[in-house]
Amino acid sequence: MSVELNFKIPGGDFTKTGVASSKVKKALKQLSIDSKSIKRIVVAIYEAEINVTAHARGGKMKVVISDNEIEVLITDEGPGIENIEKAMEAGFSTASKEVREMGFGAGMGLPNIKKNTDELEIVSTPGVGTTVKFKCSFNK
Amino acid sequence: MKVSDLVKKYELKVFAGGASLNNEISGGYVSDLLSDVMGNAGEGEIWITLQTHQNVVAIASLKDLAAVILVKNLEPEEDTLKHAENEGIPLLGTSMNTFEIAGKIYQDLST
Repeated sequence: MSVELNFKIPGGDFTKTGVASSKVKKALKQLSIDSKSIKRIVVAIYEAEINVTAHARGGKMKVVISDNEIEVLITDEGPGIENIEKAMEAGFSTASKEVREMGFGAGMGLPNIKKNTDELEIVSTPGVGTTVKFKCSFNK
Repeated sequence: MKVSDLVKKYELKVFAGGASLNNEISGGYVSDLLSDVMGNAGEGEIWITLQTHQNVVAIASLKDLAAVILVKNLEPEEDTLKHAENEGIPLLGTSMNTFEIAGKIYQDLST
Protein backbone atom coordinates (compact mmCIF):
# COMPACT_ATOMS: atom_id res chain seq x y z
CA MET A 1 0.00 0.00 0.00
CA SER A 2 1.19 3.50 -0.62
CA VAL A 3 0.14 7.00 0.34
CA GLU A 4 0.39 9.87 -2.10
CA LEU A 5 0.47 13.54 -1.12
CA ASN A 6 0.53 16.48 -3.53
CA PHE A 7 1.42 20.07 -2.79
CA LYS A 8 1.66 23.33 -4.67
CA ILE A 9 4.66 25.43 -3.75
CA PRO A 10 4.31 29.16 -4.33
CA GLY A 11 7.24 31.09 -5.74
CA GLY A 12 8.47 34.07 -3.77
CA ASP A 13 6.10 33.66 -0.83
CA PHE A 14 7.95 32.39 2.23
CA THR A 15 4.85 32.46 4.45
CA LYS A 16 3.80 29.07 3.08
CA THR A 17 7.23 27.46 3.28
CA GLY A 18 7.18 24.47 5.57
CA VAL A 19 3.54 23.59 4.98
CA ALA A 20 4.40 20.57 2.84
CA SER A 21 7.19 19.44 5.22
CA SER A 22 4.90 19.73 8.19
CA LYS A 23 2.12 17.69 6.53
CA VAL A 24 4.54 14.99 5.40
CA LYS A 25 5.99 14.84 8.91
CA LYS A 26 2.53 14.27 10.38
CA ALA A 27 1.73 11.61 7.78
CA LEU A 28 4.99 9.75 8.50
CA LYS A 29 4.34 9.90 12.24
CA GLN A 30 0.90 8.41 11.73
CA LEU A 31 2.46 5.59 9.75
CA SER A 32 4.79 4.94 12.74
CA ILE A 33 7.94 5.45 10.75
CA ASP A 34 11.10 5.69 12.86
CA SER A 35 11.84 9.19 14.08
CA LYS A 36 15.42 9.26 12.77
CA SER A 37 14.20 8.69 9.22
CA ILE A 38 11.42 11.23 9.65
CA LYS A 39 14.01 13.82 10.66
CA ARG A 40 16.13 13.18 7.58
CA ILE A 41 13.20 13.29 5.20
CA VAL A 42 11.80 16.46 6.71
CA VAL A 43 15.11 18.31 6.31
CA ALA A 44 15.27 17.33 2.63
CA ILE A 45 11.67 18.31 1.91
CA TYR A 46 11.95 21.63 3.71
CA GLU A 47 15.08 22.56 1.78
CA ALA A 48 13.34 21.63 -1.47
CA GLU A 49 10.42 23.88 -0.56
CA ILE A 50 12.81 26.73 0.18
CA ASN A 51 14.58 26.24 -3.15
CA VAL A 52 11.37 26.53 -5.14
CA THR A 53 10.19 29.56 -3.17
CA ALA A 54 13.55 31.31 -3.34
CA HIS A 55 14.33 30.71 -7.00
CA ALA A 56 11.29 29.69 -9.04
CA ARG A 57 7.98 31.22 -10.07
CA GLY A 58 6.27 28.25 -8.51
CA GLY A 59 6.25 24.51 -8.43
CA LYS A 60 4.66 21.34 -7.20
CA MET A 61 5.69 18.45 -5.03
CA LYS A 62 4.53 14.87 -5.18
CA VAL A 63 5.29 12.60 -2.23
CA VAL A 64 4.76 8.85 -2.37
CA ILE A 65 5.17 6.89 0.84
CA SER A 66 5.37 3.14 0.36
CA ASP A 67 6.22 0.29 2.74
CA ASN A 68 9.90 0.99 3.14
CA GLU A 69 10.68 4.21 1.33
CA ILE A 70 9.50 7.67 0.52
CA GLU A 71 9.91 9.18 -2.93
CA VAL A 72 9.65 12.91 -3.50
CA LEU A 73 9.38 14.64 -6.86
CA ILE A 74 9.58 18.42 -7.09
CA THR A 75 9.00 20.19 -10.38
CA ASP A 76 9.30 23.92 -10.72
CA GLU A 77 8.95 26.61 -13.34
CA GLY A 78 11.90 28.89 -12.94
CA PRO A 79 15.35 29.92 -14.04
CA GLY A 80 16.78 26.40 -13.88
CA ILE A 81 20.28 25.57 -12.70
CA GLU A 82 23.16 26.42 -15.06
CA ASN A 83 25.71 24.17 -13.42
CA ILE A 84 24.33 21.45 -11.17
CA GLU A 85 27.76 20.32 -9.98
CA LYS A 86 28.51 23.85 -8.83
CA ALA A 87 25.08 24.16 -7.19
CA MET A 88 25.83 21.06 -5.13
CA GLU A 89 28.94 22.69 -3.63
CA ALA A 90 28.50 23.79 -0.03
CA GLY A 91 28.44 27.59 0.13
CA PHE A 92 27.58 28.21 -3.51
CA SER A 93 24.38 30.20 -3.91
CA THR A 94 22.63 32.41 -6.45
CA ALA A 95 19.99 33.61 -3.97
CA SER A 96 18.95 37.27 -3.90
CA LYS A 97 19.97 39.71 -1.19
CA GLU A 98 16.42 39.64 0.28
CA VAL A 99 16.45 35.86 0.52
CA ARG A 100 19.88 35.93 2.18
CA GLU A 101 18.74 38.49 4.73
CA MET A 102 16.09 36.02 5.88
CA GLY A 103 18.87 33.56 6.63
CA PHE A 104 18.34 31.44 3.54
CA GLY A 105 20.56 31.22 0.48
CA ALA A 106 23.73 30.22 2.29
CA GLY A 107 24.49 27.50 -0.23
CA MET A 108 23.50 24.74 2.17
CA GLY A 109 20.17 23.64 0.71
CA LEU A 110 21.18 21.10 -1.91
CA PRO A 111 24.04 19.74 0.26
CA ASN A 112 21.48 19.27 3.06
CA ILE A 113 19.21 17.38 0.66
CA LYS A 114 22.10 15.22 -0.53
CA LYS A 115 23.17 14.42 3.02
CA ASN A 116 19.69 13.39 4.13
CA THR A 117 18.56 11.28 1.20
CA ASP A 118 19.63 7.92 -0.24
CA GLU A 119 19.14 8.78 -3.90
CA LEU A 120 19.07 12.22 -5.47
CA GLU A 121 18.54 13.16 -9.09
CA ILE A 122 18.42 16.70 -10.46
CA VAL A 123 17.45 17.54 -14.01
CA SER A 124 17.36 21.16 -15.07
CA THR A 125 16.79 23.19 -18.19
CA PRO A 126 18.02 26.77 -17.85
CA GLY A 127 15.18 29.19 -18.51
CA VAL A 128 12.52 26.52 -18.11
CA GLY A 129 12.76 24.84 -14.72
CA THR A 130 14.17 22.16 -12.50
CA THR A 131 13.07 18.70 -11.45
CA VAL A 132 14.45 17.25 -8.25
CA LYS A 133 13.74 13.67 -7.29
CA PHE A 134 14.90 11.99 -4.11
CA LYS A 135 14.29 8.84 -2.13
CA CYS A 136 14.80 7.87 1.49
CA SER A 137 14.39 4.39 2.83
CA PHE A 138 13.13 3.88 6.36
CA ASN A 139 12.26 1.32 9.01
CA LYS A 140 8.97 0.84 10.73
CA MET B 1 16.75 21.70 32.69
CA LYS B 2 13.40 22.94 31.47
CA VAL B 3 12.65 25.97 29.31
CA SER B 4 10.75 27.46 32.26
CA ASP B 5 13.97 27.37 34.36
CA LEU B 6 15.72 29.59 31.81
CA VAL B 7 12.73 31.91 31.53
CA LYS B 8 12.83 32.44 35.28
CA LYS B 9 16.59 32.71 35.67
CA TYR B 10 17.17 35.20 32.83
CA GLU B 11 13.78 36.93 32.97
CA LEU B 12 13.10 35.97 29.37
CA LYS B 13 10.06 37.45 27.73
CA VAL B 14 7.53 34.81 26.64
CA PHE B 15 6.11 36.01 23.32
CA ALA B 16 4.19 32.82 22.52
CA GLY B 17 4.04 29.10 23.22
CA GLY B 18 3.77 29.56 26.98
CA ALA B 19 1.95 26.24 27.24
CA SER B 20 5.13 24.38 26.26
CA LEU B 21 7.53 25.83 28.83
CA ASN B 22 7.84 22.39 30.37
CA ASN B 23 9.93 21.27 27.38
CA GLU B 24 13.17 19.67 28.50
CA ILE B 25 16.35 21.20 27.03
CA SER B 26 18.90 18.78 25.57
CA GLY B 27 21.39 21.40 24.39
CA GLY B 28 21.61 24.58 22.36
CA TYR B 29 22.29 25.83 18.85
CA VAL B 30 23.29 29.30 17.72
CA SER B 31 22.86 30.38 14.12
CA ASP B 32 21.06 32.90 11.94
CA LEU B 33 21.37 30.74 8.83
CA LEU B 34 18.20 28.72 8.64
CA SER B 35 19.63 25.87 6.59
CA ASP B 36 22.43 25.53 9.11
CA VAL B 37 19.86 25.05 11.87
CA MET B 38 17.80 22.75 9.64
CA GLY B 39 20.84 20.62 8.93
CA ASN B 40 22.55 20.61 12.31
CA ALA B 41 20.34 21.45 15.28
CA GLY B 42 19.20 18.50 17.36
CA GLU B 43 15.90 17.56 18.94
CA GLY B 44 15.18 19.34 22.21
CA GLU B 45 17.80 22.04 21.68
CA ILE B 46 17.23 25.70 22.40
CA TRP B 47 17.88 27.93 19.37
CA ILE B 48 19.29 31.42 19.79
CA THR B 49 18.87 33.74 16.80
CA LEU B 50 18.17 37.24 15.55
CA GLN B 51 15.80 36.08 12.81
CA THR B 52 12.20 37.04 13.60
CA HIS B 53 10.14 35.80 10.62
CA GLN B 54 7.81 32.85 10.77
CA ASN B 55 10.10 30.35 9.10
CA VAL B 56 11.97 30.29 12.40
CA VAL B 57 8.92 28.65 13.96
CA ALA B 58 8.50 26.28 11.00
CA ILE B 59 12.06 25.05 11.52
CA ALA B 60 11.75 24.85 15.31
CA SER B 61 8.63 22.76 14.88
CA LEU B 62 10.02 20.48 12.15
CA LYS B 63 13.18 19.87 14.20
CA ASP B 64 11.30 19.45 17.52
CA LEU B 65 13.40 22.16 19.18
CA ALA B 66 12.67 23.01 22.83
CA ALA B 67 12.38 26.78 22.32
CA VAL B 68 13.62 29.77 20.36
CA ILE B 69 15.26 32.82 21.98
CA LEU B 70 15.28 36.10 20.06
CA VAL B 71 18.15 38.34 21.12
CA LYS B 72 18.73 42.09 21.54
CA ASN B 73 15.09 42.92 22.30
CA LEU B 74 14.02 41.90 18.81
CA GLU B 75 10.29 41.38 18.46
CA PRO B 76 8.74 38.54 16.44
CA GLU B 77 6.57 39.41 13.49
CA GLU B 78 2.80 39.02 13.87
CA ASP B 79 2.55 35.78 11.87
CA THR B 80 5.58 34.38 13.72
CA LEU B 81 3.67 34.82 16.98
CA LYS B 82 0.55 33.13 15.67
CA HIS B 83 2.52 30.28 14.19
CA ALA B 84 4.44 29.72 17.45
CA GLU B 85 1.21 29.66 19.44
CA ASN B 86 -0.37 27.16 17.04
CA GLU B 87 2.67 24.90 16.94
CA GLY B 88 3.32 25.12 20.68
CA ILE B 89 6.86 26.41 20.28
CA PRO B 90 8.05 28.65 23.13
CA LEU B 91 9.15 31.90 21.52
CA LEU B 92 11.27 33.84 24.00
CA GLY B 93 13.09 37.15 24.07
CA THR B 94 16.05 38.70 25.85
CA SER B 95 17.80 42.06 25.87
CA MET B 96 21.15 40.25 25.83
CA ASN B 97 23.06 39.68 22.62
CA THR B 98 23.74 36.22 21.26
CA PHE B 99 27.21 35.94 22.81
CA GLU B 100 25.99 36.80 26.29
CA ILE B 101 22.90 34.62 26.43
CA ALA B 102 24.60 31.68 24.70
CA GLY B 103 27.49 31.86 27.17
CA LYS B 104 25.18 31.82 30.16
CA ILE B 105 23.04 28.95 28.91
CA TYR B 106 26.15 27.01 27.92
CA GLN B 107 27.35 27.29 31.54
CA ASP B 108 23.97 26.18 32.86
CA LEU B 109 23.84 23.13 30.61
CA SER B 110 27.46 22.10 31.26
CA THR B 111 27.22 22.01 35.03
